[in-house]
Amino acid sequence: MNSTINARNVVVALTALGLLLLPVYSGLTGDIFILTLFTRIIIFALAAASLNLIMGYGGMMSFGHAAYLGIGGYAVGILAHEGVGSGFIQWPVAVIVSALYALVIGALSLRTRGVYFIMITLAFAQMAYYIASGLSRYGGDDGLTIDKRSNFGGIIDLSNRVQFYYLCLACLFGGIYLIWRIVNSRFGMVVQGLRANEQRMQAIGIHANYYKLICFVISGTICGLAGALLANNTDFISPATMYWTRSGDLMVMVIAGGMGSLFGPVIGTIVFLVLEELLSQFTEYWALIMGPLLVLIVLFARGGLMGVLGRLSRG
Amino acid sequence: MANALLRVENLVRTFGGIKATDNLSLDVKPGELHAIIGPNGAGKTTLISQLTGQLMPNSGAIHFAGRDVTWLPSHQRSRLGLARSFQISSLLPDFTAADNVAVAAQAHEGHSFRFWSAARKERHLREAAQAGLTQVGLVKRADVLVSELSHGEQRELELAVALATKPQLLLLDEPMAGLGVTESARMVALLKELRKEVTILLVEHDMEAVFALADRITVLVYGRVIASGDPEAIRNDEEVKRAYLGDQHVMVSHGGIQNG
Repeated sequence: MNSTINARNVVVALTALGLLLLPVYSGLTGDIFILTLFTRIIIFALAAASLNLIMGYGGMMSFGHAAYLGIGGYAVGILAHEGVGSGFIQWPVAVIVSALYALVIGALSLRTRGVYFIMITLAFAQMAYYIASGLSRYGGDDGLTIDKRSNFGGIIDLSNRVQFYYLCLACLFGGIYLIWRIVNSRFGMVVQGLRANEQRMQAIGIHANYYKLICFVISGTICGLAGALLANNTDFISPATMYWTRSGDLMVMVIAGGMGSLFGPVIGTIVFLVLEELLSQFTEYWALIMGPLLVLIVLFARGGLMGVLGRLSRG
Repeated sequence: MANALLRVENLVRTFGGIKATDNLSLDVKPGELHAIIGPNGAGKTTLISQLTGQLMPNSGAIHFAGRDVTWLPSHQRSRLGLARSFQISSLLPDFTAADNVAVAAQAHEGHSFRFWSAARKERHLREAAQAGLTQVGLVKRADVLVSELSHGEQRELELAVALATKPQLLLLDEPMAGLGVTESARMVALLKELRKEVTILLVEHDMEAVFALADRITVLVYGRVIASGDPEAIRNDEEVKRAYLGDQHVMVSHGGIQNG
């Protein structure tokens, strides 16, 4: 909100700069691993940022957000499998199908509130998971290997690690810019008002569910794009992409980074995936350490890591 | 009756075996300040909730500005010019006072499916917020978060938010609830100003305030109207005196002093 130099803004700026310069570092040191790790991080950060739009700003606790990763991914995978390799077709399909899924799921789920909303979004995502498992033509449980990444003519080569990295980063920054505009628009005011006090918003003439539904669809659409990126990154898509634990991971990334903070999900995703990577090098029981760490963040860092930085800034 | 702004006919609402609203009829004329009083549990808030559409009646009808609004959801009634304040302040706590009013002004302008330009930079919304806050005496607190406003200030902000939707009828659910003596006096003075601009239906416990403000008073007991008339008639009504046995003395003497 204020543009002065403080701990929070410095961390955000340094992180953004670091992400921009990472391929340079990777090129100089020949460290390819860090580039692939951070490509993955950036894709998940985009998914987390989209979840933050409904969870942090809209107060809608969706426990099924990984479904969009799967839908976006399967759109790319299935089209590639059927011989449609053009990204100009694959990606719009990924985004549109995600939006339609969000429209249907949102319209049904938004009849409920609170815990019921959490459970119904989870149930729909699990349904999507089982449907994907049943797609025997496309690998069923085992998933589907994508032989060729999306083809964008001569414009950009997704097989080139650096080009793909920057494409993902552009999508992330673009997504966050979009969310920033939305959050501060009239629409965003209404959505945040509904999170704070739905009764009050109804009393001033707002039809709550219309606004919540559109917000839900925008969020799902952005996450569908993340799904298309993810499938290209792994050259593979399987039902596991939309398993409920993945939805849980996304929620943790948002909560740890800071709900309702624009850049929070990015910080949360970096911390989550880097920790996972580091801890899993030491022990295969890395989750035993990761779990308590996250509990500590939730217990003692109200507003997530961005909340802590914000309080440091105010001294 | 035909020109009443709000007309309630034979409204019934039960909770289990209890009739919270019992065959209630009532009308509010344009320009008047109509007060509803009654002991605790008389069904005042239940009535307000039905008028605003938060609660649906079992039977009966509500007409507002010539339309049957009995089954309209609350956001549509708001669009027709029915605004309310809540008994327990109901605001957006992590928004500033100005934002609260600006969002209401924005909602009044039509749909909010505008996704791109910054709402806080729209000058006429900010001006509407400033004007609304000035009207209730909160303009100096415009940029303070609602969660940091005092209780009295929140009560005043409730009014500013309701007014920002440019209502024809303002339903005030105990605007003095929890206010101290000086704050109450300020609220009464504020309502005296507001009643010149908008029709008000006031539900209130504070008898002194009611008798100082109201053109007409309706008395509810157990969900039924036991009397309706000007303050003088209500003060002398035998049935009202009986219903208010405990409060009778207070009511008569205070009312007398106020109006004397």
